[in-house]
Amino acid sequence: MSEKNTKILRRDFLKAASRLIPGGLLFIMAPGTQALLAAVEGKEYDPSEHNYAMGVDIHKCIGCGRCADACKKENDVPREPTFFRTWVERYAIPSEGEARVDSPNGGIDGFPEVKDDRDIMRSFFVPKLCNHCTNAPCVQVCPVGATFTSPDGVVLVDREYCVGCRYCIQACPYGARYLHPEEHVADKCTFCYHRIREGLLPACVEVCPTKARVFGEVGQRSSPMHRFLRLNDVTVLKSWLNTKPKVYYAGADGEVR
Amino acid sequence: MQIKKRTNIKFNVPQQLIPLGILFILVITALIVARYLLVPPTFGELGHYRSQAIEDNLAHPMSYAGYYSCNECHDDMMELKNQSNHRGVACEVCHGPAAKHIEDPSEYLPDAPRDRGFCPLCHGYDPARPSGFPQIIPALHNPGHACIFCHDPHNPLLPHAPEECSACHRDIANQKAVSHHATLDCTECHVVAAEHLTDPRSALAQKPVERALCGKCHADDADASKGIPRVEMASHGQRYLCWDCHYPHSPEAY
Ligand code: HEC
Ligand code: HEC
Ligand code: HEC
Ligand code: HEC
Ligand code: HEC
Ligand code: HEC
Ligand code: HEC
Ligand code: HEC
Repeated sequence: MSEKNTKILRRDFLKAASRLIPGGLLFIMAPGTQALLAAVEGKEYDPSEHNYAMGVDIHKCIGCGRCADACKKENDVPREPTFFRTWVERYAIPSEGEARVDSPNGGIDGFPEVKDDRDIMRSFFVPKLCNHCTNAPCVQVCPVGATFTSPDGVVLVDREYCVGCRYCIQACPYGARYLHPEEHVADKCTFCYHRIREGLLPACVEVCPTKARVFGEVGQRSSPMHRFLRLNDVTVLKSWLNTKPKVYYAGADGEVR
Repeated sequence: MQIKKRTNIKFNVPQQLIPLGILFILVITALIVARYLLVPPTFGELGHYRSQAIEDNLAHPMSYAGYYSCNECHDDMMELKNQSNHRGVACEVCHGPAAKHIEDPSEYLPDAPRDRGFCPLCHGYDPARPSGFPQIIPALHNPGHACIFCHDPHNPLLPHAPEECSACHRDIANQKAVSHHATLDCTECHVVAAEHLTDPRSALAQKPVERALCGKCHADDADASKGIPRVEMASHGQRYLCWDCHYPHSPEAY
């Protein structure tokens, strides 16, 4: 065959293909166009304009555990002391030796009395929760796409679609996830997504008596979150993992992991 | 001539491509069908997930109504509380989630925490609590009575100002009590305005600024009890403040 001949053949193949491919492409892209349309229609709330974050001030926390309690009540978290979306840890750092950490029932029923506080050099409470990492390891390992970062920056779980394989629970460096004993799906803090989208505070922030927890949007100037970031030297937990958490701590000791 | 002949075979697809082509089409259709059956609706609209899951999360019912929602019907109580030291404590911290109550106040009434166990969740002494937060030792503080017998939970105004700094600084008081400085009053070193005891943040107590304060008792020539160990103020510790090295509430000499 001459060169010209093959050229013609190729052109015909492309012609035929050009009739098939757009159909296929349309089929594959259809959902994308739907989303585009939906975004145009739903002008009231544009998730891409929001980026939620939480601040936790260790100096202000009195360790009353009301946050952990309210979280369970708001989100129907099982009451057993092994399941938490948020909990409070008590640290006691002695002049010499290892830091002691306890968190009986997440702090909900209070902390046992300290019999002898003489050797304690410093002591404080650390509320913990899902860090809603920008680079979330749990999202990366989920084999079915049942945990994901919403367009407004909140890491959520798809309860319908989760197969309960526990990969995400293993992957979370902060121990913020548990397997729901009845529903057999992974569960964790959602920043009370159903509340914040209505303009309300997450339940834990709602009940915090000392403003040890603040909530707001990064980038929104008039928000308690902005003040928190302006006034404090903030850290995130396990920053070396490069998970880029969106829960910021003020006054968190190096001992806090 | 030759050219014309060649154009004639233009749709004469090589034999071996036909089964291949059929296979190709079959595989593609199978993939498309499999994708259609396996990928749930709304998957991939916004990313590698079902965007419907966002709606599912939003559908969760709310239990806590929020700080100001009680104001509509209990504005008197709200006002009372907001001028008291409990202004930061939301109604629902004590009364529990009350969204159902607001929907139908006659059907569902919130609980009130009347027993002695509740208030110490916040006010029981714990050295991990920040110094300055009012704390009591439940076993010693008027045992046998409910807290609300003496304190109005909506306006916990104290009948009189606390007599001891330990009411709010027990962590420091406890340390001092077993230290070499056990006999010293807090006011030996701190100037404290009366308001600090009732509205502590509006009038912060002063912290010492000069090492001469310690010299009052510890200088070689100080007019103080003979048993107190002395140092030569000019050379000991030199340019540092005494409390750069000695914790004043529990001083050690090593
Ligand atoms: C729509 C009006 C309304 C709102 C809003 C409302 N309440 Fe009430 N509340 C009532 C009524 C009516 C009663 C019943 C009074 C009675 O029976 O004596 C009541 C009674 C109560 C009681 C007393 C229960 C008892 O055992 O006597 C508490 C506690 C209470 N409300 C707390 C709250 C809290 C906390 C909120 C805010 C989250 C709130 N209420 C919001 C109307 C309201
Ligand atoms: C520190 C905890 C606490 C907070 C905060 C609190 N309450 Fe109460 N509330 C109580 C307790 C305890 C009682 C029971 C008082 C009693 O039996 O004498 C009570 C009783 C009530 C009652 C019953 C009427 C009465 O006087 O006995 C109402 C109504 C009420 N609270 C509404 C509110 C509202 C509205 C708020 C928010 C503005 C609020 N409470 C905040 C602890 C609290
Ligand atoms: C969720 C935590 C919380 C609970 C529960 C709570 N309080 Fe308080 N209480 C506070 C806070 C916060 C303050 C303000 C402290 C400050 O100004 O630093 C306070 C202040 C007080 C004061 C004032 C002390 C002073 O020096 O003026 C008293 C008294 C008091 N509470 C009694 C009670 C009683 C009685 C109860 C139970 C009915 C109770 N509290 C329940 C958080 C709480
Ligand atoms: C018999 C009345 C009475 C009872 C019961 C009572 N208190 Fe008090 N409380 C007082 C008085 C009076 C003060 C004023 C300061 C003082 O005398 O120490 C006070 C002070 C306080 C303070 C301020 C810190 C301090 O030490 O001054 C707190 C916090 C407090 N009470 C909480 C509670 C809690 C929590 C309970 C229940 C476990 C409770 N009280 C039960 C009478 C009472
Ligand atoms: C009603 C509670 C209360 C009582 C009683 C109280 N304080 Fe305070 N104190 C506070 C609070 C709240 C702070 C501020 C803590 C903070 O913001 O970090 C504070 C802070 C201080 C500070 C530090 C000021 C600074 O600049 O950081 C000193 C010193 C102090 N108090 C001394 C005393 C002394 C001495 C007494 C007894 C005469 C006393 N306090 C009684 C609540 C109290
Ligand atoms: C011997 C003098 C002395 C006595 C007695 C004393 N203080 Fe202090 N206090 C100081 C000095 C000095 C500082 C500043 C420490 C520093 O900045 O390192 C201080 C700091 C503080 C602070 C700020 C927080 C901290 O730990 O640095 C508080 C609160 C406080 N004192 C409360 C008290 C109370 C309450 C008592 C009584 C139980 C007391 N002090 C007794 C000298 C004293
Ligand atoms: C009102 C007098 C007084 C003042 C002011 C005072 N001290 Fe003392 N100091 C004492 C007494 C009394 C002792 C205990 C002596 C004994 O153990 O018999 C003591 C003991 C000490 C010791 C010795 C501990 C040891 O192991 O022997 C040190 C260190 C010390 N004080 C540091 C300070 C510092 C720092 C300040 C200033 C912030 C200060 N003191 C202010 C009275 C005072
Ligand atoms: C640079 C740290 C440093 C500073 C600043 C400092 N001290 Fe000391 N001080 C020590 C050390 C270390 C010892 C124990 C060893 C010694 O006796 O030199 C000590 C011992 C003491 C003793 C016990 C002496 C004895 O005979 O038992 C007293 C009292 C004392 N200091 C008071 C003060 C006073 C008052 C000041 C402020 C004028 C002060 N110190 C400043 C480090 C310091």
